[in-house]
Amino acid sequence: MSVTKLKSVDVVVVGSGVVGSIMSMELASAGMSVVCLERGKQFDINTDFQKPNVYDELKFDRHSDIFQNLARDTITFRNNDSQTALPMREMGAFKPGEMVGGTAAHWGGNARRFLPHDFEMRSRIAERYGQSFIPGDCNLQDWGVTWDEIEPYYDQFEEIFGVGGKAGNLDGEIQAGGNPHEGPRSREYPNPPTRRTHEGALFAEAVSSLGYVPFQGPTAAMTQDYRNLYRVQMLECARGGFCSSHVCAQGAKANPLTSVLPALTRLPNFELRPLCNVLRVNTDSTGMKATGVTYIDARGNEVEQPADIVILGAYCFSNTRLLLLSGIGTPYDPLTGKGVVGRNYSYQQGGSVHVFFDDREFNPFIGGGQVNTSIDEFNGDLIDRGPLGFIGGAYVNTSTSGATPIKGKRVPPGTPRWGGEWKKAVAQYYRRNMTISIHASCLSYQHNYLDLDPTYKDAYGLPLLRMTFDWNDNELRMMKYLNERCIEIGRALNGSRLGGTNKGTHFGITGYQSTHNVGGAVMGTDPSTSAVNKYLQSWDVSNLFVVGGSAFPQNPANGPTETIGMLACWAADAIKDYVRNPVSLV
Amino acid sequence: MTLSDNPIGASYIYLLEPEIRFLEAAVEHLIPTDELGPGARDAGVVVYIDRTLASTWGVHGRQYRGGPWLAGTPQQGYQSRFTPQEVYRIAIREINQHCKAGFDRPFAQLAGDRQLHLIEQLEKDEIAMPSLSSKFFFDLLWRNTEEGYFADPLYGGNRDKVGWKLLGFPGVPSGQYRHLVTSHEPYFAEPVSVLDIQTGKVAVDAEGFPKHVIIKRNGNGER
Repeated sequence: MSVTKLKSVDVVVVGSGVVGSIMSMELASAGMSVVCLERGKQFDINTDFQKPNVYDELKFDRHSDIFQNLARDTITFRNNDSQTALPMREMGAFKPGEMVGGTAAHWGGNARRFLPHDFEMRSRIAERYGQSFIPGDCNLQDWGVTWDEIEPYYDQFEEIFGVGGKAGNLDGEIQAGGNPHEGPRSREYPNPPTRRTHEGALFAEAVSSLGYVPFQGPTAAMTQDYRNLYRVQMLECARGGFCSSHVCAQGAKANPLTSVLPALTRLPNFELRPLCNVLRVNTDSTGMKATGVTYIDARGNEVEQPADIVILGAYCFSNTRLLLLSGIGTPYDPLTGKGVVGRNYSYQQGGSVHVFFDDREFNPFIGGGQVNTSIDEFNGDLIDRGPLGFIGGAYVNTSTSGATPIKGKRVPPGTPRWGGEWKKAVAQYYRRNMTISIHASCLSYQHNYLDLDPTYKDAYGLPLLRMTFDWNDNELRMMKYLNERCIEIGRALNGSRLGGTNKGTHFGITGYQSTHNVGGAVMGTDPSTSAVNKYLQSWDVSNLFVVGGSAFPQNPANGPTETIGMLACWAADAIKDYVRNPVSLV
Repeated sequence: MTLSDNPIGASYIYLLEPEIRFLEAAVEHLIPTDELGPGARDAGVVVYIDRTLASTWGVHGRQYRGGPWLAGTPQQGYQSRFTPQEVYRIAIREINQHCKAGFDRPFAQLAGDRQLHLIEQLEKDEIAMPSLSSKFFFDLLWRNTEEGYFADPLYGGNRDKVGWKLLGFPGVPSGQYRHLVTSHEPYFAEPVSVLDIQTGKVAVDAEGFPKHVIIKRNGNGER
């Protein structure tokens, strides 16, 4: 097949999600010519996600056409090396997006910063408990950045995504009403916090009685009409639910479509090309300089886009796979522990306790946009882990995310799965339960990794990415502890029954859990344990930046999106320095 | 409660007559008609199943279909070679053969308690079917039954919004919700569907939200 070679640009960006859109905006605003390649379709937020059609749980949650089309490209999965990995044939545990705007177009708006502890986890754990406290097969690593370096970039991201919340720590001063355990903030949130629901008020009362400090968790669904850093206007959230999995009809949920692209697409030196599937990053004869990328365009033509700088800003799976397909960086070998691409893949632990009432009725369909009341005492390393015997933690909350009728029903334990008794139970308890959710961390391990599958191929004949992943004892011990604490909170809520869900001993790819897949091309200070340096610059190819969840060395408890956005702002600033002096930034 | 005429309930795109009879009997056991309201059969769940099998999902249009096809572990999820369309066609035929061999009649013509027992056996994987696992079929049937009963009536099930009335779910949100987030008072409204708005049965305001009709309840909390 003949390859069309296009005119070179300053920067080519792969992916138009949180990373691709923000980095394109920052670099195009600085005067660079930027082309952004997106495998998914272009959507018009004003017509494609109109009311009332967006309020359709079946279409958006079960049969979505804004999630990755697995017929063309999926992953294979196995729990361990002794098994044969098989394709993820239908969407289950997680739902990466495939559209202009990326996965964040359908995120839930959970906009939490990580804690200062999270970025220096290995050093701090080793200092407090000794190296031997870290499990032998655990690749616990520092990120190579400190809180003081990255805090201004969290601030920048929050000004772009209009995050609403109440500061709990302003420059070291603890503030009433906020999260007292958060890292010091340089200023208040750009928008006010959410208001407290009935469930939130009950939760706050219960956790206060146990000595915890409740606060309204931050949200990226607008808590008032807001004009952001890029002068884009967003409307206040109408609290109609249909939030995660859906694109907001109100345009109230910050995401690339609502917060960045309206400003970005006006820039004359920026071009967005949807329906373009990137196959590889090209390098010169030394293998140390990227020359651009090769992709299949919407008409099926193979196209080469030369560029001075290449940014991989796609989902964690695609970033890692493109490095492997391009032969950039040494692939990770779990037997020797050598190699970095595919190393430190991780996911998210979690569970929930359901409290059933016979004397209270809620309005579980009113909400969405991360209306939640949280506590952070179990997060980070606040409570001495020595006697508990695990590393990691969780934030715990009750969230009114808009309970939809197919998936948002809860029934007490012991209820049959179907039939007349089940019908009575859903009628009784759909409006008479509340959930205490545990959003927990997950460390990285030698035997959890990503590589190329030896058997299964995508629609272009290229190998699928293979995930080898299972839960580990550290996380199972942590979840046992967290469940016990949440049952105490559940008891303090004085319901009539308690129930719960957890992920089981082995990770399974069915049943939605979270789209918080991370790692595979992690950042760090040592080229033998990280694929990119602290500025997200490839150790091997200095004009290649790999930015996103792929850079997380392990997964802290808080949702990843805010930190992915922060890293986009941080890396964009580093590239502005790199352009002035194009060498390794470290 | 009476069910209004729903013209989309009258036709079937994929399912054949014996399959419709089988499914009408089976889904009624999964969500039965009782004092709380109509069950899955009268809610149009079989019409929903027909529509969903005829959709992109029914042929696994967005699912990975490449071989080799290996059994896999429970953690590895759906690994059947068959599309949902094929699963229903094969499974219903084989269950009816099982019923005819044992009881001289297809499933739909057996007594209710016999049907119920057979469904329990399907769920426990206790019926040996030549081509696929009975539990695998049961799980798919239950998933689609729940979808049909609670999805928007747009898709042929949840007729008269019976699933939403059962829960007290008001459907398409009202523009007033933003003022009710902090309320401790239970909010009950006649449910509004996407179908209601598309067919002009319910009007919307300038923002595109429907106006809800609030249901008044007596002192016992009963409607």
